[in-house]
Amino acid sequence: MGGKLLLLDASPEAPPPLSQVATSGAHGEDSPYFAGWKAYDQDPYHVIFNPSGVIQMGLAENQVSFDLLEGYLREHPEAAGWGGAGAGAGSGVASFRDNALFQDYHGLKAFRKAMASFMEKIRGGKARFDPDRIVLTAGATAANELLTFILANPGDALLIPTPYYPGFDRDLRWRTGVNIVPVHCDSANGFQVTVAALQAAYEEADAAGMRVRGVLLTNPSNPLGTTVKRSVLEDVLDFVARKNIHLISDEIYSGSVFTAPDLVSVAELVESRARRGDSGIAERVHIVYSLSKDMGLPGFRVGVVYSYSDAVVTTARRMSSFTLVSSQTQKTLAAMLSDAAFADAYIRTNRERLRERHDHIVAGLARAGVPCLRGNAGLFVWMDMRRRLDEATVAGELRLWDRMLHEVKLNISPGSSCHCSEPGWFRVCFANMSLATLDVALARMSRFLHKWNKYNNTARTALEK
Amino acid sequence: MACNVELLSKIAAGDGHGENSSYFDGWKAYDMDSFDLHHNPKGVIQMGLAENQMSLDLIEEWSMNHPEASICTVHGASHFKRIANFQDYHGLPEFRQAMAKFMGQVRGGKATFDPDRILMSGGATGAQDTLAFCLANPGEAYLVPTPYYPAFDRDCCWRSGVKLLPIECHSSNDFTLTKEALVAAYDDARSKGIRVKGILITNPSNPLGTIMDRGTLAMLATFATDHRVHLICDEIYAGTVFAQPEFVSIAEVIERDVPGCNKDLIHIVYSLSKDFGFPGFRVGVIYSYNDAVVACARKMSSFGLVSSQTQYFLAKMLSDEEFMGRFLRESARRLAARHERFTSGLREVGIGCLRGNAGLFSWMDLRGMLHEKTPQAELELWRVIIHKVKLNVSPGTSFHCSEPGWFRVCHANMDDETMEVALDRIRRFVRQHQHQKAKAERWAAMGQLRLSMPRRGGAAASHLALSSPMALLSPQSPMVHAAS
Repeated sequence: MGGKLLLLDASPEAPPPLSQVATSGAHGEDSPYFAGWKAYDQDPYHVIFNPSGVIQMGLAENQVSFDLLEGYLREHPEAAGWGGAGAGAGSGVASFRDNALFQDYHGLKAFRKAMASFMEKIRGGKARFDPDRIVLTAGATAANELLTFILANPGDALLIPTPYYPGFDRDLRWRTGVNIVPVHCDSANGFQVTVAALQAAYEEADAAGMRVRGVLLTNPSNPLGTTVKRSVLEDVLDFVARKNIHLISDEIYSGSVFTAPDLVSVAELVESRARRGDSGIAERVHIVYSLSKDMGLPGFRVGVVYSYSDAVVTTARRMSSFTLVSSQTQKTLAAMLSDAAFADAYIRTNRERLRERHDHIVAGLARAGVPCLRGNAGLFVWMDMRRRLDEATVAGELRLWDRMLHEVKLNISPGSSCHCSEPGWFRVCFANMSLATLDVALARMSRFLHKWNKYNNTARTALEK
Repeated sequence: MACNVELLSKIAAGDGHGENSSYFDGWKAYDMDSFDLHHNPKGVIQMGLAENQMSLDLIEEWSMNHPEASICTVHGASHFKRIANFQDYHGLPEFRQAMAKFMGQVRGGKATFDPDRILMSGGATGAQDTLAFCLANPGEAYLVPTPYYPAFDRDCCWRSGVKLLPIECHSSNDFTLTKEALVAAYDDARSKGIRVKGILITNPSNPLGTIMDRGTLAMLATFATDHRVHLICDEIYAGTVFAQPEFVSIAEVIERDVPGCNKDLIHIVYSLSKDFGFPGFRVGVIYSYNDAVVACARKMSSFGLVSSQTQYFLAKMLSDEEFMGRFLRESARRLAARHERFTSGLREVGIGCLRGNAGLFSWMDLRGMLHEKTPQAELELWRVIIHKVKLNVSPGTSFHCSEPGWFRVCHANMDDETMEVALDRIRRFVRQHQHQKAKAERWAAMGQLRLSMPRRGGAAASHLALSSPMALLSPQSPMVHAAS
């Protein structure tokens, strides 16, 4: 009765097989980047209940401008509710029913228009964005993975300048099977990427039998907190054209440039090259954006893939089926972002507050004798602790990091977790806490370094005797 | 100017996105000529979209009475900052708790769910993609009973490289999945050197609109255990069961009927898109009994988390047990009434449907209208239905059904008036077809003596010939000429 069953190839007691993807460690969570988070989770700082707890300075969140969003929603209840005609002029979505049913992967037109306009404002009108080239994804995490699936095959490589966001190791590699080959940058020129470094990385990939598919830049940079110079961007564009590869520009921090020089977005360069007659470059260029950093809304999962290639837009749109933005969230934000006066005021005020915060932490660290890379953007500073390493190695850096975490009780991110080739640098976030908490952190740093200086001076004196 | 860089990945360049399937052709016809009761009463009626529009008014009312469920209103604003900032892939605890309780409620309290096993995904679409990445390697396969939801080919296969292999089911036993068919499919895969990693079922079934019986579910759990293959149960339509027999979830079966089965193999996919009519909110759930899969899928949920704004809203609504109970009962009542109206309307003209008790559609039997029992004939009939009858229904072949002539017809995505227009069109079409067929049979019986076109009333006659489905099905047939 029934068909013959073929022999099993493993004993029934063995655990059921999962995939190679599932059993690999490529989810990246074994990195020190996440170990600090665990320490924080177990002993989180609270001004009253746990004043000696760990202060979280490893999370690049923007909490300085929530009041602006709350203020908007208070003044514009129609953005929040689903009342018939009051649901936002031109939103095209009149009611709860329509909104709840809307699952079109093109996304709400009103929301895409609002995003395009917001991206233009951030760039001071120096580039235009076509709403029909905006593909929505649930966060930049999904956007970056999506582009990787579309532009590269398993075993291919993306070149990424170091130091880079630790999450890329998971987002770009885990399920895609694509490799990251680092483009080494160092402090000699402020960590700017050079053509020589790009070429070296390209050759390294080639020698390892990996086909390079593209370069991924983060501009403004995470973890450096700097914008990429125009000349460097031009060089990168020339490089990708020469090598016949793609450029992904992750501009997730574009709205948080708070000091000169202004952001130069790759969008601006694509347009200026087109005006000079070179329109071929455009199809290589893809921009990633999100509202998680500029607007402090990481929970809402709003990511964007913006591509100048029709084929990439079409494919990305289809693939976004796996990771669409909630229509409820699209509706709420469409109203907010298409309010031009609000958007302008938000961008301006957010920048000012970030600048104040940035200047405050830089000054505090300087007083404690710690220099930082000169930054003009982002939610963090790139702190230079090279002089405080017991030895100029990754191990030395991790020892110092461990002391920062367990003695000083500050969770900061070691440069090695960002693949920085020079030991001793740390990313320190400043926008995810109150000013009072920031001052507590700075005071702890100060005390720690005072003791460190004293100890080292004593040791040196002892040696000299 | 397309330069070499247009060379995209194999995944991008292929057609794994699935949009070249006939499933979508009808949508294009609808998009170009959409029915509207007042503005375009002759347009195409969309009956190819399994959406639940029957009970959104109840949710809307709840939402208006509970402004505190929205963080954007003055009532919920105090939570705005915490929620907007919340991106933890564990999900809002209150959301998971409410979802776990609700999933138990939908199953009549016959199974309980642990909130810590609930993982989020970008809709059920994202859930299947994520599970495929967790459970199988490229080139490995799931077995799936036919007919099945066409987009599984995209959801399970496109990015993961997993294959879907059919387990053929037949109308002779109402498309019930048999052990013989399962074993045959499993052995066939093995003989071809394809490693089977899982069995994927949809219960209640799309497109059949039926539920799986306890015995079959137990058989599957046992088979999975014996062969160490995963059992993925898409229960997205669990809350749309509107008549007896009662829904039996795999969750219930593994606790009560087959408690010795290997629970590490059991995974449930769920979503609020169908039971509630919330496809826009992208609320997908993976529920796994396997700790390693929970850990892995939770990390992968970073690629498709549910908006915290939406989690918060749903946490409030789903935990209103009294409202949820009322909603489920009323929704079932409306779905039952709609189903009854539709199927009885079809019965009036002798069209039968598979006897269903769930889902947002009926599995309509038009085998009698095919001029031959082939997929081509089915597709020809389908094109007539789309372009002449102006109904976008979904042909069985797009669901990989092995028997031509079945069509899935969605009827929960429209109001009562539109339903009547659709029924009316179907009835007229069927009567016309029966009329043509009867005439043709009479002629055939009398022998074909007249083969030339009639001279009088030529234009009207040829119009009649063209508008007859028989004409399009077989334009060269002498029966067309005889129809005048």
